[in-house]
This record gives sequence, structure tokens and C-alpha cells, in this order.
Amino acid sequence: MGVGIEVTNLNAWYGANHTLQDINLPIPANHATALIGPSGCGKSTFVRCLNRMHETNPIARVTGSVRIGDLDIYADASPVEVRRRVGMVFQRPNPFPTMSIYDNVASGLKLNGYSNRKALDEIVERSLKHAALWDEVKDDLKKKSGASLSGGQQQRMCIARALAVDPEVLLMDEPASALDPVSTSKIEDLIFQLKSQYTIVIVTHNMQQAARVAEKTGFFLNGRMVEFDSTHKIFTNPSDKRTEDYITGRFG
Amino acid sequence: MKAAIPKNRMRDNMRTATDHLATGLAILATILVVAPLFAIFGYLIYKGASSLNLAFFTQIPKPEGEVGGGMANAIVGSGVLLAIASCLGVPIGIGGGIYLAEFGRGTRLANAIRFTADVLNGVPSIVMGIAAYALIVVPQHRFSAFSGGVALGIMMIPTVTRTTEEMLLMVPNSVREAALGLGVPNWRSVLSITLRTASPGVITGCMLAFARVAGETAPLLFTALGNQFWSLSPSHEIAALPLQIYIYAISPYDDQHRLAWAGSLVLIALIVLAVSLVRYVASRGILKGAS
Repeated sequence: MGVGIEVTNLNAWYGANHTLQDINLPIPANHATALIGPSGCGKSTFVRCLNRMHETNPIARVTGSVRIGDLDIYADASPVEVRRRVGMVFQRPNPFPTMSIYDNVASGLKLNGYSNRKALDEIVERSLKHAALWDEVKDDLKKKSGASLSGGQQQRMCIARALAVDPEVLLMDEPASALDPVSTSKIEDLIFQLKSQYTIVIVTHNMQQAARVAEKTGFFLNGRMVEFDSTHKIFTNPSDKRTEDYITGRFG
Repeated sequence: MKAAIPKNRMRDNMRTATDHLATGLAILATILVVAPLFAIFGYLIYKGASSLNLAFFTQIPKPEGEVGGGMANAIVGSGVLLAIASCLGVPIGIGGGIYLAEFGRGTRLANAIRFTADVLNGVPSIVMGIAAYALIVVPQHRFSAFSGGVALGIMMIPTVTRTTEEMLLMVPNSVREAALGLGVPNWRSVLSITLRTASPGVITGCMLAFARVAGETAPLLFTALGNQFWSLSPSHEIAALPLQIYIYAISPYDDQHRLAWAGSLVLIALIVLAVSLVRYVASRGILKGAS
């Protein structure tokens, strides 16, 4: 089951660049929350702070607190533990190029020392079914490289890979921006199904996508969160002038 | 509307001619690159193939002046030396490459190591032999296969280190992020994901280093020393193909000259065989469509 996320006074830097300023945000459990805003506004940095990927860059720095469920991820846990509970899907599909489809999906478990073959088989099948890819790949699971799939299939395989470790939260950083419309709609359907079991945070450039999949939407601008509300309210009756200008296409 | 480029037969002919000329030059350059290799191999076969027989692979050298005999002990000795060298050079070299690419990126220590490796690569092989002589042979009061293997192994390190580093740096960062994002510890991600993704290139680097030291004579002159008899012991003098070729090539006997040619042919053939074998074994695990 998913858990809620409570972000308090989050600040992040890349070198001297203050990319996130005083972000406060409650992300509800078992819902999809969309983050929108123009390029460079800090929304990608924000999701990377939620699984401590931000700090893999040596010049990056974070202050503030992020609670995922009852875990303060910056105070109580190592980055490795956090990332096991918070899965991530990246902008471009990033399969492990030397691994089969099966090994790609099983990699998170295998690399953490999990080796029960029968259980792995079941988890791989369940994850691929969850990611709506099973029927397309079930005959080549161990024969084909993950990199041989089409872009849309690769991205669904990456989602299956993230689901296989059974996270509580799923972060998606523009998961469909490199995909064609058919693959995009498959990913969106998927988000719709997954959000009953996982807390989903999705960064998107596509405002229709946010409107379609998310109950809550946050609007980021220049490293600050301008407005956070129900998706319906953000797109029909935003309280901030800047939000209205952005969603009506006046800038960005 | 079509762009209005007027027809100009003369210009088109000129372009076609330039195209043919450039293609011809490229083909010529390729031939010039490959020609020496075939010339050497052809000459070795011409000079050496006639002296190859079963005895060459099964017998040890005959005493001075006697006709016949073989290089069985030298072939096996080279194997022992290269095994010692690879056990030393490959793990240290790969470890160094991993440090340079994954952990020490941009640090002063990494820059110092990279510089040292490049310098080490340029050190003449005879100097490696002298170093191994001074550091191992002299204190132990004996020439040994071990000291020769160490000299060759140290020569392998810089090539392996630098190719491993280059190959790891070619692995896209998105692959590292994918592993870290799954909650895989960094060391595990480096070994099981990044190194594995780069493994074809890393193996090529190891094979380059292996092939290079397989033919080295100078570092063995005062370490392994050579041996006219059977020996597999790391702590005694051992025969090696390049050493045996050297000894026979400067001897006054025609029969030994012929054996030296045959030995050269066998040395090159064995290096090609070893490299192909490793490549074949390494490529068996590669899946359809893997990049």
C-alpha cells in the first residue's frame, strides 16, 4: 500500500544555484499527484529529492525534511533504504543493456541478494502484468535483451522493474515525454490503475496528461511552488495569477 | 515547388570523380595498414611452417649441435608466465580503472594515478625487467618464473586500467541512475551493472595487454632467464617462447634458426588463438538485440 509524503521547508542547491526554495507540500497516499511548470522550474529536482537521488551529484545539497509514511528520509534512513521504498521511473527508458527482459525486471531483487527462483518468476510475471507488458514479452523473457524492445515497451519494462521491488511510492519524471502517443496513452492507463496501490508523483510537461491522471496538481515556477490544489481547481479556477497565465499558455 | 538547381553535367562528373578518388584512397590506406600484418604472417609461415612437426610441440630443446627437438617446455613456460602476469595485471588493472571512472572522478589522487599509469605505459620493457630483477630476483637469490610473471603483470596494468576507465566512462549515466534508483548499493551497482555493461570493451583491453606482454623478451632476460628443461615451478627458472626464439635466432646452427622461425609462428598463432577463445567465451552470454 502507498503512504503519504509530507515535505517541510525543503531547499535544494546545485553548487551555488538555489534550485528549490522553501517547498512545503502534503502528497496524499494512494493518489496520483502531478507536478507541472516550465522547464528548469525545479520539478525534476524536487522528485529527485524524494528518493535522495539528488545527492548522487557531488555538488548537490539539500536541507529541510521529507517524511514518507513515518520515515524521515533525510534523518532516519540511508539513501539505499529510501530508494528501496521509493521507486523511480526516468524520463528516458533506461534498461540495463546487457540483461534479458527477465533479468531487467528481477534486477532490483537480485542485486539485493534475493535468489528464490520460484518467487522471482512469480514477481517478474506479476510486475510485467502490472505494467501491461506481459502479453507482449512473455515468450522472449530470457531470450531477448531489454534494450531490444521498442521505446514504449522499454518504459513499461522500467515501470515493471520499479514495481518488482514493491515500493510504497512511485516517482515518475516525465515518463512519457520520449514516447509516441499510443505508448503515452498506455502509460497513462497504467498510472490510472497503479494509483490505487501506490502513491504516485508524476512530473509532466503535458498539462492534459496532468489533468487526465492526477487528483492533485502542484505548479512550480523558478524553484518555488506557486500553488498546490486539486487538479480540477488548478485547471479551472486557479487562485494564483501566475498559475492561470501558465495553464492558459501565456508563457512557458 | 522544386529548388531550381540547373543541370550541369561537368560539375556532376567532377563530383563523381572526387567520390571515386576519395574511396580509392581509403581503400589504399586500408591495404597499407593490413599489408605488413599479412607480410609478417606469410613470411613466418614460409620460413617456419616446414619445421613444425609433432616433436616441436612435445619435445624439449636438444643439446647444442644436435638436430631436432622442440619447444614444448617454452610453450608451457609462456603459459605459466602469462597466467602469473594475468593474475596480477588484470585484477589490479580493472580495479584501478574502476576507481578512476567511478569513485575518484575529478579528485587529485585519480589524476595522479592516471598520470602514473600513462608514464608506466611508456616505460621501456627492459626497465621493467631490471626493476623485477632488483626487487625480486636479488633478494631471493634466484631467477624465477614468479619474477618474470610479475614484470609482465606490471606491464599489463596501465593498459588494462586506462581501457577499463574509458569503457566505464562510456556507460551512460542513466544506467547508473537506474540501478541506484532501485535501492542497489553503489558498490554493487558498479560491479554488477556498470562494469558488466562495459565488459566487452574491458575484455578487449585485457586481451590487448595480454597480447602485448605475451611477446615480450626483454623483461624475461634477467627474471625468468629461460630453461632448457621442463619446469612448471614458479620459484625456478622457466622457459618462454620469446626467450627461446631469441636464443635460437642468435645461435650459429641452421637447424636452430629454423626452430626460431617455427617458434615465432607458434607464438603469434597461440596469441591469436587465446584472444579469439576469450572473445568467443565472452560473447556467448550476449543476448539478441543487446547493445
